[in-house]
Amino acid sequence: MNEVTPVEQSAVAAVDPSCARAPVGMLCELTHRCPLQCPYCSNPTDLERVATELTTEEWQSVMRQAGELGILQVHLSGGEPTVRKDLEEILEAAVKAGLYTNLITAGVTINRERLMKLAEIGLDHVQLSIQDVDSENADRISAYKGGLAKKIEVSQWTKEAGMALTINAPIHRQNIHNVPRMIEFAIECGAGRIEIAHVQYYAWALLNRGSLMPTRESFMTAAKQVEEAREKYKGIIVIDMVVPDYYAKFPKPCMGGWAKQILNVTPQGRVLPCHAAESITHLTFDNVKDRPLADIWLNGDAFNKYRGTEWMKEPCRTCPRKEIDFGGCRCQAFALTGDATNTDPACSLSPMHDEWAKVAEVESHSTPPDFIYRRVGGAKVTVGGAKEPVPGE
Amino acid sequence: MSIGQYAKRERTMITGDCRPSIPRFVKLRHDAGRGRWILLAPERVFNPDEIAVSVLQKCDGVRSVSDIAAILADDYQAPVDVILKDIIDMLQDLSDKGVLNAGEPTNS
Repeated sequence: MNEVTPVEQSAVAAVDPSCARAPVGMLCELTHRCPLQCPYCSNPTDLERVATELTTEEWQSVMRQAGELGILQVHLSGGEPTVRKDLEEILEAAVKAGLYTNLITAGVTINRERLMKLAEIGLDHVQLSIQDVDSENADRISAYKGGLAKKIEVSQWTKEAGMALTINAPIHRQNIHNVPRMIEFAIECGAGRIEIAHVQYYAWALLNRGSLMPTRESFMTAAKQVEEAREKYKGIIVIDMVVPDYYAKFPKPCMGGWAKQILNVTPQGRVLPCHAAESITHLTFDNVKDRPLADIWLNGDAFNKYRGTEWMKEPCRTCPRKEIDFGGCRCQAFALTGDATNTDPACSLSPMHDEWAKVAEVESHSTPPDFIYRRVGGAKVTVGGAKEPVPGE
Repeated sequence: MSIGQYAKRERTMITGDCRPSIPRFVKLRHDAGRGRWILLAPERVFNPDEIAVSVLQKCDGVRSVSDIAAILADDYQAPVDVILKDIIDMLQDLSDKGVLNAGEPTNS
């Protein structure tokens, strides 16, 4: 018998009444350490050192508070979360707090015994990244030898343990031609789900945009291939796609709206409305070491700053889509226009949209520069030399 | 290591003879803070209505879909063929989304 039975009724009374407004998900970046060096990493370019990471007890407290706040799902991420030797203890606290647990891993630093242990503690879902299905190209993209073979092992152990398996495939110009093979690979692994996740251009990916931006034509081809695969593999695998918003007409509803559904905890304990929020330089962020998680979520300055629609200017303020896409991404608006309350240039209603889309057009047809690999200090060494053809700056 | 051992090759079709169950990695629970039942799955939160919850609570790998339909027909005083069709549609959708073990009858 499985764990279908309704949660014990005794848990009901303990739930905080504020959780009617609680986030659905919490992304925990347990560490920024990672053996891979993917040039599109979503971590900030200024990586945090191991000495500043939250302790085991602090992470366990975050999990308990998340459960009380009414958070439903926790994503244990990084960097590479399995490099934390206390992952088991953190996971155990998350399971006890009633959270649905998801491990986001590259899979190269975990053996069978440890993965089985995590399953035994109660891990529900493993989200395994791949860099490509061509082993050599995968090695080149991640600057790590032999990763794909290890990932295959992890996928089989995950299935053996009865956990859910998602293959997470970040897509860009250097692997976009393999989208159909990635979907077939995920099916062979036994994955119930694959994310065809076009790289989003923040942090490392923004530094490497010229090496990563696919042409509009190759994006359209991949989109068509995904549509065909969804039909062909209905009932076999779920295919989720994240589109590159340089080629979209409307912006994505970033995080489902600022401070509406998701929060993010950094390795140091800062609580962010999204993992890129620290790029908005005038915001200040509370830390779980100083303030309860629920208080930060409900009353923290950074959360209230762009929550809802009151902060909007035109064309967002009177836009019929304002509750659909929330004006797009605040971080992208800030990075490209200097004002986070502007419409995200991904939106066709933004005065900057055409100029900005042109950048993608030009870069995607130029010879890709070498990758700036994600490593501590990597960005600092090379950032001055990297071209950043950002319009309007 | 070779792969393919766990590959799903064909879409599973739900029939009255299936004995469905909820996989280990899917959680049906009451969400007290939001006053509703939820089905937690990878990157998904489903909000099943009252009847769907009633069906899911009976998906124990022992009862067949027809058994479940008979119980609900009795509970809701509704024609069993209508109920059976509705339940099959709902379970087919969940099976297609990978959040239900269909429990297909074994070929003898």
